[in-house]
Amino acid sequence: MVQDISYVNQKRRLFHSYTFRLALLYAIMFSTSTLIIFYFFYLFTASYMTEQMDNTIQAEIQGLAERYNQEGLNGLTELIAERVNRQQATGNSIYLLTTYRLEPLVGNLDRWPKNAQINDDWLEFKLEINEQTNETHLARAKIFRLPGSYGLLVGRDINQLTEAKRRIIQALTWGLAMMVLLAFLGGLVLSRRTVRKIERINQTAQSIMSGDLSKRVPLTNRNDDFDQVADNLNQMLDRIQALMEDIRRVSDNIAHDLKTPLARLRQHLEKARLQEPASSKSAQNLEQSIREADSLLVTFNALLRIARIEAGQLTAGFTQIDYCTLLEDIVEFYEPLMEDKYQTLETGLDTHILSWGDRDLLFQALANLIENAIKYTPEKGNISLTLTRHVDDVIITISDNGPGIPESEYENVFRRFYRLDQSRTTSGNGLGLSMVAAVISMHNGDIALNNNRPGLKIQITLPVTKPSPITKT
Amino acid sequence: MRILIIEDDTATATYIQKGLIEAGHTVDTAARGDDGLALAMGEHYQALIVDRMLLGLDGLSLVSTLREQNNNTPTLILSALGEVDDRVEGLRMGGDDYLTKPFSFSELLARLEALVRRTTTETKATVLQVGELTMDLLGREVKREGQVIDLQPREFRLLEYLMRHSNQIVTRTMLLENVWDYNFDPQTNVIDVHISRLRSKIDKSFSYQLLNTIRGAGYILRESKA
Repeated sequence: MVQDISYVNQKRRLFHSYTFRLALLYAIMFSTSTLIIFYFFYLFTASYMTEQMDNTIQAEIQGLAERYNQEGLNGLTELIAERVNRQQATGNSIYLLTTYRLEPLVGNLDRWPKNAQINDDWLEFKLEINEQTNETHLARAKIFRLPGSYGLLVGRDINQLTEAKRRIIQALTWGLAMMVLLAFLGGLVLSRRTVRKIERINQTAQSIMSGDLSKRVPLTNRNDDFDQVADNLNQMLDRIQALMEDIRRVSDNIAHDLKTPLARLRQHLEKARLQEPASSKSAQNLEQSIREADSLLVTFNALLRIARIEAGQLTAGFTQIDYCTLLEDIVEFYEPLMEDKYQTLETGLDTHILSWGDRDLLFQALANLIENAIKYTPEKGNISLTLTRHVDDVIITISDNGPGIPESEYENVFRRFYRLDQSRTTSGNGLGLSMVAAVISMHNGDIALNNNRPGLKIQITLPVTKPSPITKT
Repeated sequence: MRILIIEDDTATATYIQKGLIEAGHTVDTAARGDDGLALAMGEHYQALIVDRMLLGLDGLSLVSTLREQNNNTPTLILSALGEVDDRVEGLRMGGDDYLTKPFSFSELLARLEALVRRTTTETKATVLQVGELTMDLLGREVKREGQVIDLQPREFRLLEYLMRHSNQIVTRTMLLENVWDYNFDPQTNVIDVHISRLRSKIDKSFSYQLLNTIRGAGYILRESKA
């Protein structure tokens, strides 16, 4: 009965579910920490590589400076030419010796670089590699002024360095993406396992709420926290079941032990009545006694019946029902009573709604309500009965323009034996509405009383259900 | 009729037995379920009255055992458990009718007779007749003394049931269960209202009353003027 969860509900549940939120949390935590690790890794690697590069340039400068100190400008020029020749076009070192007007004397640059930036004593500029394709590399160099205003530039093409840095960033980005994905999936898997355990407990609770008290939460034998929760829950259920069975046994015993002597009492009265001539005084007294015994038994039966319905043990009587047919039958059955009181009935029962329920009990509940409406609505009054469907609910309203019920009494009227002061003089045992409430709640429905101004409007909401897999034990 | 009562409560058993003998039937009794089963299988009865709670073998198992043996003797189950599912269960297990304690003897007798008649008479008749009241089941037409009586569909079904059980007491709960097909307790006299409407149509302008009320029991449709 309870188990139907709509598609919309499921979708909503996905985003609100523990599974999803936990997976998201995992993903965020993992990616943040990975991002921090990657950041420092890149920072140290990149600065180490730059340092290595700078050291290489410093070493070259060192070599040139020694030669210059020993052999002066000629020696320096020779050495530069020698180094340029040695490394040909493939090398990464850059040399340029110029006049004081920055006209090249020797080296592998054709002119002094323009648009260069000075950064921490280092000159950084773009190196043209291929004029056709406009390919440029970044270069890093140190510049000196030699005596006689000669300009000297020593540096390296750092294309490999920037390329390496770019590759590292690329690798780290991919790594990070994989990390996020794996963290999310891992989170999903982990939390799904947790949620599935909770879901098992939940399902058991649901089937118990719909009346199957014999269900227990399955244990995994791992003796983890969930098993402990499940075990405690099962023990609680054992206790509840024992109590419920006690109630059932007690009411069965009352039914058997108390009703049998009552039945005998009635039999004796009936026998005595048959022995008297019909018109005698004692025959009338005996008939009166039989009627009293009957009304006692009716009250007694109603009370037991409500108790049994509330104990939720009556789902065996569930069959497929059509609410429209059910209400039409009620109208058909009670129409003569209304006609006798010149009451008019309006019905709106166009929709056929198939559902699952106990037709006798539903008929009893609706009959009680209609009987009340007929009983308390004065002659020539109006009664209306409607049936509508709202998404997955059946809504039945019964309204009249009788005296109604004071709003402060709405809660009380469903209590057993409760009767309004003004209705104490009319027939009835004060159990009619208790029976209605028990039947509605057994079908997982709701009943609401409203002021019809004047009169009473009763609205019953029942879920449209399919046959439940629960069987009676 | 030869009837077997299987009931552990001697007071109830004696009460039913006396009443049935007075009504002209032959009655055997058994107090235990297993004894009752042996009797029911060994002898030939027209009807069985079986209590649900019995020593030896409970009433429902008894009935289902009989049905498994292809013994289809009409069976009325008695029970103190008047709950709806118990009733459904009782009928599902092979009982033909179900009566909750306490019951009046007239209710028991009426049901028993209806039960036996249901299983022995052919229900294929197309015209029912009680006195000069006739019902054509195919033409859906009711006539009394040649005069056509116009009936609502439910009045028709009510009259049909009364005619099929003519000269036999029919109780209010039997009408509820068979004409309206619901098992419930109306808090009002609505059945009486339905009966009086039917009576005003079939009896009012005629010489004598066919549909009679039996105080404390129910109704009877009979042709004699008594």
